[in-house]
Amino acid sequence: MNTDIQVSPETMFTETEIGKQKRWIENVMRIFFLVMTSLMIIPLLLIIGYLLYKALPVLSLEFLFTNPKDNMRAGGLWAPFLGTIYLVVVSLLVAAPIGVFAAVYLNEYARESWFTRITNLAVVNLAGVPSIVHALFGVGAFVLFAGLGESILAASLTLAIMTLPVIIASTTEALKAVPMSFREACWNLGATRWQTIRRIVIPNSISGILTGVILQVSRAAGETAPIMFTGAVFYKAIAEGNLFAYNITEQCMALSLHLFTISTQVPDVTEGIPYGTAVVLVGSVLLVNAVSIVLRIYVRTRKKW
Amino acid sequence: MNILRKKSAANLPFSETVIELFIRLCGLSSIIFVFGIFFFVFREGAGFLFNGLGLGQFLTSPEWYPTSLSNKRYGTFALILGTFSVTALAMCIAVPFGLGAAIFVSEFCSPKLRETFKIIIELLAAIPSVVWGFIGLTLMNQLIITVFNAPIGLTMLNGSIMLALMSVPIIVSIAEDALKAVPDSYREAAEALGATRWQVIYRVLLPAAKNGLLAAVLLGAARSIGETMAVLMATGHSVNIPSGPLSWIRTLTATIAAELGEVARGDEHYQVLFIIGVLLFTITFVVNLIADLVIKGIRQE
Repeated sequence: MNTDIQVSPETMFTETEIGKQKRWIENVMRIFFLVMTSLMIIPLLLIIGYLLYKALPVLSLEFLFTNPKDNMRAGGLWAPFLGTIYLVVVSLLVAAPIGVFAAVYLNEYARESWFTRITNLAVVNLAGVPSIVHALFGVGAFVLFAGLGESILAASLTLAIMTLPVIIASTTEALKAVPMSFREACWNLGATRWQTIRRIVIPNSISGILTGVILQVSRAAGETAPIMFTGAVFYKAIAEGNLFAYNITEQCMALSLHLFTISTQVPDVTEGIPYGTAVVLVGSVLLVNAVSIVLRIYVRTRKKW
Repeated sequence: MNILRKKSAANLPFSETVIELFIRLCGLSSIIFVFGIFFFVFREGAGFLFNGLGLGQFLTSPEWYPTSLSNKRYGTFALILGTFSVTALAMCIAVPFGLGAAIFVSEFCSPKLRETFKIIIELLAAIPSVVWGFIGLTLMNQLIITVFNAPIGLTMLNGSIMLALMSVPIIVSIAEDALKAVPDSYREAAEALGATRWQVIYRVLLPAAKNGLLAAVLLGAARSIGETMAVLMATGHSVNIPSGPLSWIRTLTATIAAELGEVARGDEHYQVLFIIGVLLFTITFVVNLIADLVIKGIRQE
């Protein structure tokens, strides 16, 4: 047989023109996407660095534990900081049980049907409702209709509903991670549905559930719009150092609203204070998030199945 | 199976029946809340919507003079345009970066690097909107004044950059999920034919994941439309038909946030703000619904 094509040993393992071009494009693309990704991450570091740098002169423990003074032109963050803690804790107490049980229903009770489909759609849509619409809802439902007035309670309930999808989504994920065989084994021993959930499903997914609850805290702490008209005020003096200075039927200050107020509404604020407020707000939110991430990584490494 | 369940239900102790009832109620909660939100927001604004406010004028007139003494006018056209233009510009910035980052994280990264990037993106998503607004007000304001030699940096561009940074994490995470959902056999088949990584992405993954990527963009846009504090603080907040990236604008969300504190309950102006709320609810509801249908579409395939 006559072969026209001769493959010599020298050319067999060298790259063809087209191969070279392919490899070149590949590398360009890899670097291009790397740059795209880094361009998102650099702002995060830059912003945190900038805020910290500007806030450095005012940051101290005293800043955290004194009230705002001089019509909020000076002083510290005690009243808004405590207010945010109140709002977060009360909203957590409402949202955590409802959210966890809603996820339990969706994952353990409901069977695949048009009804579960609608429920899931409602969760997605609840997460997509703009924060300012939640504020309007809070005004309409809690402040006026339920007669709670502008109070910590009304603001917390608004926050609770807003952050519910966070808890539902992460709890559902945690419950799904528990193998079906665990439940089946338990049912076979004669346990009821609820006994199985309480003794087997929840203990085996508790860390995952906690991750979602912690994320809810971080989300609730940072929100401004939903609390603006439902319970947070520009200024309210409270006793310094007293953890029980607020009453949940009264209004309170909040870190996020305080940052908005002193950076847009109050003239001549001492230079570093808005930056200090931003650092405390971002710092607490990121800290809470970091806890949630560490917990998640810990759960993953400890997983027994 | 059904027989078994019925039998055990009959034998349940009373406490368990109560607990099951409570769990079922919680399961319904999100449906109740979505309807509740619509109902209560609509209720506050309904009176004026049905008598007094012309819907045509409300949607198409650019004249927003709610506090005028002689002739109050409630046209939201400029505000709607403000919302959509700032969102569109934000998406122009966020979509390339978001999809690019999603492709990098899902296709080019080592597993360890991927985890790191995902954590950083998650932290980016956690920064509260009021802080983004504050950054727009201070850092980005200065930057725009210096770079574009503009008289003031609180512009549509400023707001769009802030919104882009806020919606990128959503786009990345959903787009990454969509890319991951493409079966590995697709990648293997393409690689076996001699395709490079980039060729696999461009010719196989992007077409296969296009629905998921579209949903990612839609959800990012929904987030931008609904965002309040960042646009309130960073866009200049003046009613204006936008003429370019450096013009001042005002959005639907920012209008509610800025004016609700100053109106008396039951006032026309107060009711109009709630009607704007209904409008916003409807817009985001529709966008979310489309995104959901698009995602469900892929699953059924």
